[in-house]
Amino acid sequence: MPQIGRYPDNMTIRQIIKMMKDIRKTENINLDEELIQKFDLPAILDKRMRTLSGGTRQKVSASLAFLFSPDVLILDEPTAGLDPVSSEILKEKIIKEKTSGKLIIITSHVLSELDDLITQIVYMHEGKVKFHKEISALQKETGEEKLSKSIAKIMLQNHS
Amino acid sequence: MRKVVKYVIIDILRSKMILGYTLLLFLMSYSVFSLEDNVAKGLLTLLNLELFIIPLVSIIFSTIYIYNSSEFIELLVSQPLKRKSIWLSLFTGLSTSLVVAFLIGCGLPIIFFEPTLTGVIMILTGSLLSVIFVTIALFVSVFMRDKTKGTGMAIFIWLYFAIMFDGFVLFLLFQFSDYPLEKPLMAIGFLNPIDMSRILILLRLDVSALMGYTGAVFRNFFGAPAGISIAMLSLIIWIAAPLYFSLNVFKKKDL
Repeated sequence: MPQIGRYPDNMTIRQIIKMMKDIRKTENINLDEELIQKFDLPAILDKRMRTLSGGTRQKVSASLAFLFSPDVLILDEPTAGLDPVSSEILKEKIIKEKTSGKLIIITSHVLSELDDLITQIVYMHEGKVKFHKEISALQKETGEEKLSKSIAKIMLQNHS
Repeated sequence: MRKVVKYVIIDILRSKMILGYTLLLFLMSYSVFSLEDNVAKGLLTLLNLELFIIPLVSIIFSTIYIYNSSEFIELLVSQPLKRKSIWLSLFTGLSTSLVVAFLIGCGLPIIFFEPTLTGVIMILTGSLLSVIFVTIALFVSVFMRDKTKGTGMAIFIWLYFAIMFDGFVLFLLFQFSDYPLEKPLMAIGFLNPIDMSRILILLRLDVSALMGYTGAVFRNFFGAPAGISIAMLSLIIWIAAPLYFSLNVFKKKDL
């Protein structure tokens, strides 16, 4: 799922979803249409992609990403542009998929939204990996509950 | 791959430009045949129009299409599809729709007014020419990231093949008029698909007066039957080579 989804302008949401299903030959895979329903996409299926706002595009991207229930999901800033309600829906979905044993990689700079989602953290700065830790180990080390605070603490330690 | 081709063709038909092109070709060929009472003369007039319009429309339409569907290509690339099959689908979709437009627009009138081998060869070259300029368009658009530059380049390439090339050949001819130039000139002919198509038809029609210098030499060297097959072969190479190179670039391209 890309940070900014780019789609053919004059296709409707319905056509895009249908095309994706068609191309990926999904006779024997269960389609996961949960997000399509929860995001209320059926109501706007006939809107053309160029008329959609950033948030709605993001909903379409998310629905498409989860549609084929792949084993590995790579989400680039998944909640960028989403309203609070949809953002919560997406987070719940991510947690649900995580507990069912899927590998999910999220890139984000909004640390506060990652708190309940992640189990491991890889912190990168200017293209270099600064550290890669279990989240529980990180909390123990810094004595902070919140991810954003513990990261800030580590960064301060490194500087001094 | 068949499914992707289907979506490309649906997408192309949606733009209606291809329908206009079909209509234009049809009106053009129909009126040419109705105006001339001599069918062979009509065929010649049509040939000159064809050699001008088909490359122009094929190359411009395809280039613009590729640039406009950059989002579509990105979407496809993010799916579990091979890049090779995406690119070949684009090629197949574009050439199918342009060739079908040509067959309906020019092919039907030609079959109707001139149902001979000459007519068939004419239809064949027209189709090949459409496909050749689709592959050249693919070649241009895979190299140029910027849409304006790419479209400009496409127009320039058309201008070069359709008009400037003859100028260069004439220039060479005058500059080196003291030397025997027949054979080098013939080799140069292979460098231009439009020239090749013209020679191909004119060899068949046997109007040496209109063949131009390259054509006359060509005929003397190969004789009509062998000349036709060699010219045909060179046109096929003109399809395969740009397609092959553009495919290789697209495979590694950073979208």
